[in-house]
Amino acid sequence: MVSLVLPRLASWKGTVFEGSGRRAASVTERNISCLRSMYWVVMISGFVEPVLYLFSIGIGVGALIGDLRLPDGRLVGYAEFVAPAMLASAAMTGALSETTFNFFGKMKFMRLYEGMLATPIRPIEIALGELAWAMVRGVLYSAAFLVIMVALDLTTAMRALAMLPATVLVGFAFGALGMATSTVIRSWQDFDLIASAQFALFLFSGTFVPPGHYPAPVRWLIEVTPLYRSVDLTRALSLGPVGPRQLVDVLYLLALLAVGLTLAGRRMGKMLCK
Amino acid sequence: MDKLIHAHGLIKRFGDFTAVDGIDVEVRRGEAFGFLGPNGAGKSSTMRMIGCVSPPTGGVLKILGLDPRRDGPKIRARLGVCPQLDNLDIELTVRENLTTYARFFGIPRKVARRRADELLEFVQLAERADSKVEPLSGGMKRRLTIARALVNEPEMVLLDEPTTGLDPQARHLVWERLFRLKQQGVTLVLTTHYMDEAEQLCDRLVVMDGGRIAAEGSPRELIERYSTREVVELRFAAESQEPYAEKLAGLGERLEVLPDRVLLYVDDGDEATAEVQRRSLMPASVLVRRSSLEDVFLHLTGRTLVD
Repeated sequence: MVSLVLPRLASWKGTVFEGSGRRAASVTERNISCLRSMYWVVMISGFVEPVLYLFSIGIGVGALIGDLRLPDGRLVGYAEFVAPAMLASAAMTGALSETTFNFFGKMKFMRLYEGMLATPIRPIEIALGELAWAMVRGVLYSAAFLVIMVALDLTTAMRALAMLPATVLVGFAFGALGMATSTVIRSWQDFDLIASAQFALFLFSGTFVPPGHYPAPVRWLIEVTPLYRSVDLTRALSLGPVGPRQLVDVLYLLALLAVGLTLAGRRMGKMLCK
Repeated sequence: MDKLIHAHGLIKRFGDFTAVDGIDVEVRRGEAFGFLGPNGAGKSSTMRMIGCVSPPTGGVLKILGLDPRRDGPKIRARLGVCPQLDNLDIELTVRENLTTYARFFGIPRKVARRRADELLEFVQLAERADSKVEPLSGGMKRRLTIARALVNEPEMVLLDEPTTGLDPQARHLVWERLFRLKQQGVTLVLTTHYMDEAEQLCDRLVVMDGGRIAAEGSPRELIERYSTREVVELRFAAESQEPYAEKLAGLGERLEVLPDRVLLYVDDGDEATAEVQRRSLMPASVLVRRSSLEDVFLHLTGRTLVD
């Protein structure tokens, strides 16, 4: 999926460049070199958060709620219902934290990208490299969370394996969205807005409550948000059944990825190559 | 094809503001070429266009015989850039700054490590190799940035105000390293608003002012063309230096009145000083010196370089 989208984006502005992948990889490599510092503390927090939600709400509050009836009539435990949503939102959080806060800091304050752009690297390649890095992080979170889900018997190992690539797609889509957002951000204060939006998505994307419980107009609004489409995908993979709706989810997330990445590359070019 | 830079009628506009207003520049291989001018003269904008990170608004620009609009990555692979403000990677160590940067050029890890060690030796930072960047002094950071600019063995190194903000000792260390590079045949292109820097390092330079080129030549040629052999600087203990200017009329080729002193452009400074005394003017201080690029700039623009 990535290999379908990326070469076309990398050849943006007409010039096809064979070295694009290599150059984007060297941007990712730079982030790996930083790992020796205290950066891992930041990374741990991204993993802990969804696990805490799973235990406190999925299992804790779930004990008060009891079982939940799915649209197709099946009864599932509340924790089983919440867990795939936590997985999707963890993928979102991981991707966003790397591509908003960290990305903005590197661009505006460390002026890291100015140095990179004096080398053969181009803006779109920086975007790709940073996104790939956000994905490495995201996949680690997702894999760890899936292990917990299987251990708690909230899903099967086979279904967990199917969910992993889905979380990669979710991460890519949100990463591209976050990066595009960062290029229009003016100051650190704007991050409060992002955090609020992110929290609203986290609460209302069918994460804790099936969207069927909301009035119709609210439900429609929820159904076009990216986290809802992500939750819809992971939940279907976790609990079944998988149908044409999941194809819509996948196409939606691919479109978000393509638009976000193109926008980010273009805006970065405008900002840094004045 | 030994013209590394060829610019003709080069223009850079930001909205309504014209930063570079149709300049012609040629830089040959092996040369140390300078853009001398005050802040806001358009030097950095020119450098960014040469570095292929800023597309020209108009005119012709060829770098290494290639078109920056089309071949940016290919050109940048063969350039070294030392920007005006250090943009070193503060999350990496001194050595990692070089090895990571080398990777951006696709240099294999082993070669990158070897080259990093050689370059740290060259800029006298070998013993700080494992330190973070933050605690380094301004001069050390600048030397590291220069080392970073050399990591891809560039054909041409662009240095934007390489010693601005450094103390005199640190400046001399940077100059000495740059001079060494020049001796090794590396083409240097630098901007500066220090005339001593331009005189020390540049084989040839252009004087820039208000986005245009005011004059071009070697430091010596420019001084010969636009100034006299010697300058007498007279400071009068008075509110205004103006009234003294009239009394100095006819002395020397030219006279410049600055807020705090009067400059007399003459061939023989001592003789002029004697004449000042004969006219019974009593300056608080007298300094006789050789003409410099500062005087060239003053003559061409009516302003001093560093305000």
